[in-house]
Amino acid sequence: MSGTFVGMPAFPAAAREAVRDTTLRGNLRHATHTIRAKRARAVAELDDWERLRQAGKRIKDRTLRHLDRYLVQLEESVTAAGGVVHWAADADEANRIVAGLVKATGETEVVKVKSMATQEIALNEALEARGIHAYETDLAELIVQLGKDRPSHILVPAIHRNRGEIRDIFTREMGEWGRPAPEGLTDTPADLAEAARLHLREKFLRAKVGISGANFMVAETGTLVVVESEGNGRMCLTLPETLISVVGIEKIVPTWQDLEVFLQTLPRSSTAERMNPYTSMWTGTTDGDGPRAFHLVLLDNGRTDTLADEVGRQALRCIRCSACLNVCPVYERAGGHAYGSVYPGPIGAILSPQLRGTGSDIDASLPYASSLCGACYEVCPVAIDIPEVLVHLRERVVEGGEAVREGNKVRLRPAKGHAAERAAMRAARWALTRPGALRTGQRLASRTRRLHPRTLPGPGRAWSGTRDLPPVPAEPFRDWWQRTRGGKGGAE
Amino acid sequence: MRVALFLTCVNDTLYPGTGRAVVKLLTRLGVDVDFPEAQTCCGQAHYNTGYRHEAEPLARHFADVFRGYDAIVTPSGSCGAMVRELYPRMGERARSEGRGNGLATVLAPVVPKTYELTEFLVDVLEVTDVGAYYPHRVTYHPTCHGLRSLGLGERPSRLLRAVKGLELVELPGADECCGFGGTFALKNADVSAAMGADKVRNAESTGAEVLCAADNSCLMHIGGTMTRLRTGMRPVHIAEILASTEEDPAV
Repeated sequence: MSGTFVGMPAFPAAAREAVRDTTLRGNLRHATHTIRAKRARAVAELDDWERLRQAGKRIKDRTLRHLDRYLVQLEESVTAAGGVVHWAADADEANRIVAGLVKATGETEVVKVKSMATQEIALNEALEARGIHAYETDLAELIVQLGKDRPSHILVPAIHRNRGEIRDIFTREMGEWGRPAPEGLTDTPADLAEAARLHLREKFLRAKVGISGANFMVAETGTLVVVESEGNGRMCLTLPETLISVVGIEKIVPTWQDLEVFLQTLPRSSTAERMNPYTSMWTGTTDGDGPRAFHLVLLDNGRTDTLADEVGRQALRCIRCSACLNVCPVYERAGGHAYGSVYPGPIGAILSPQLRGTGSDIDASLPYASSLCGACYEVCPVAIDIPEVLVHLRERVVEGGEAVREGNKVRLRPAKGHAAERAAMRAARWALTRPGALRTGQRLASRTRRLHPRTLPGPGRAWSGTRDLPPVPAEPFRDWWQRTRGGKGGAE
Repeated sequence: MRVALFLTCVNDTLYPGTGRAVVKLLTRLGVDVDFPEAQTCCGQAHYNTGYRHEAEPLARHFADVFRGYDAIVTPSGSCGAMVRELYPRMGERARSEGRGNGLATVLAPVVPKTYELTEFLVDVLEVTDVGAYYPHRVTYHPTCHGLRSLGLGERPSRLLRAVKGLELVELPGADECCGFGGTFALKNADVSAAMGADKVRNAESTGAEVLCAADNSCLMHIGGTMTRLRTGMRPVHIAEILASTEEDPAV
């Protein structure tokens, strides 16, 4: 398996493989159901949960509405605190900036805090191509990196792996990257964590450059916030001489008071904790404490385009908690890799086709990767109506229409491969606005019912391959009604 | 009160028994229910597949047909949610596309008058014991749009608990989607089938004879999976259970 998502097949094809993988199904079922139940308990403890949720939504919406102003305020605050702000319009620019900053230090190794933004831009691969080795230090990211694998979950990137698989990866790969796994490593969680701790400790102490993302950026003071569980983030943020943070522009909150809301909703939604173990906050640089140099790379990479869409922009409220993944019945069965992006699950299905556009097979198929059951919306701590955005993006796929790409207004053409569906939908609309046509069709179906096949040919096989067809009744309801007037007027 | 039955196109065509059951039940409860014959389809399949503009004429047609009634009752959580939740949204979208208030104005009158069957029974008629008799072990699956869009909550199970002879057993993982999802069932058939199989296994584990729901589209998927997996359970719409009496029992 390659480390990137380039050239992924459409969702249904990728999901088919996952559905048949019984180990993966078992791993995911166990993990998602466990965290799902814990989250529900953690949220139920707060009697003002719904108010916090609405407050989070409103803070994010207000910030996004005035994003231009808050970004400038943030730049001024960070600069005043001794940091340097860089602006990156897309992944290439961000990667070039980061690589240039690392090269300027003369170092060829960096340690990384778990970061979705750097995964999104494939920073590790870009650095590797320029001779810089990036070491992931989050336990799950380490498992993914050592396994030459791809993340399959926002919070728990190695959720698709069980303990036995992790032990095998550590035993096989750790030596190639640094300190080998201890002899006779078992698959108990404590042993696996200890092996990772020993392996990583060397990296922390040696590294001169750290790279992070951030969960939040407070505009009023220029403070960045990383919320984590393991403490590896704290190491990367404090030990190296140079710290480079790559952060999506939507991660701003205006004030510390706004931050308060999310520090309550994020841990409960993601790890089902009242409070996460490590919350690191830093403001520029401080003499004699922590990194000597701090660079903030503000990443757009499709976010401004997304902001231009009045239905789709709510996806930018996301705080990457992954509650929607854990509760999603499709994610549970298809697994994270099928989504072809570092953002899997319901949020990925609305984020990727907006950040990347709907041009590729995978991105055009993602809006359909949902039964629209609404469980994601119900748990979202910033009330993103994911089903609403999914349907909106389906419309964009089949109808095309106006969108903003790379800052320019464009007219998208309808995606290929929907011609037959479009014709069928039009025909159905024609028939269904004419009650007579519907009645004729129903009667025809009823009269020929003994001739109907038990399985369907062509696209209908998608149904009858696994499900029997309902029998067509001898008469549709409307004929019974006409005959009997609801059992009152004629013969039953 | 002028009450209309909005049966839905799927029930009209494939599940006329559910329609007859609603008529029988409401008549027994003293409601004079009409079936406006010009009714067709609410447009949900179009809307949810991305064809909002094709759904608009269907929504207008719905509003034309049902405007004159005081209450519109439907035995489908998802079609009820289409009218109540998505018709207003269609109106808003048309407005934001610069097409004025026309669609919103046409659709607005039918939105608050549309009730899913169990809502109509519990909230409008204020009954939970409808005088039904159904001597079977039953488990109830709350379908997603009824559960989350309409917020039916305890209404269906309160109605079922009051049915004489009925033993209601809890369905493990009840609030998980069955995997139908309209065109999702075809576009992502493998995932849909896996979700359906899990739902059926959970249903089987209850030892119930009958899986009951308030939406035949979901039951078509669950029932088709049940017979394919040869479980021996059967899907039954809640209307058919509530319509069943000792004098005239449902099978």
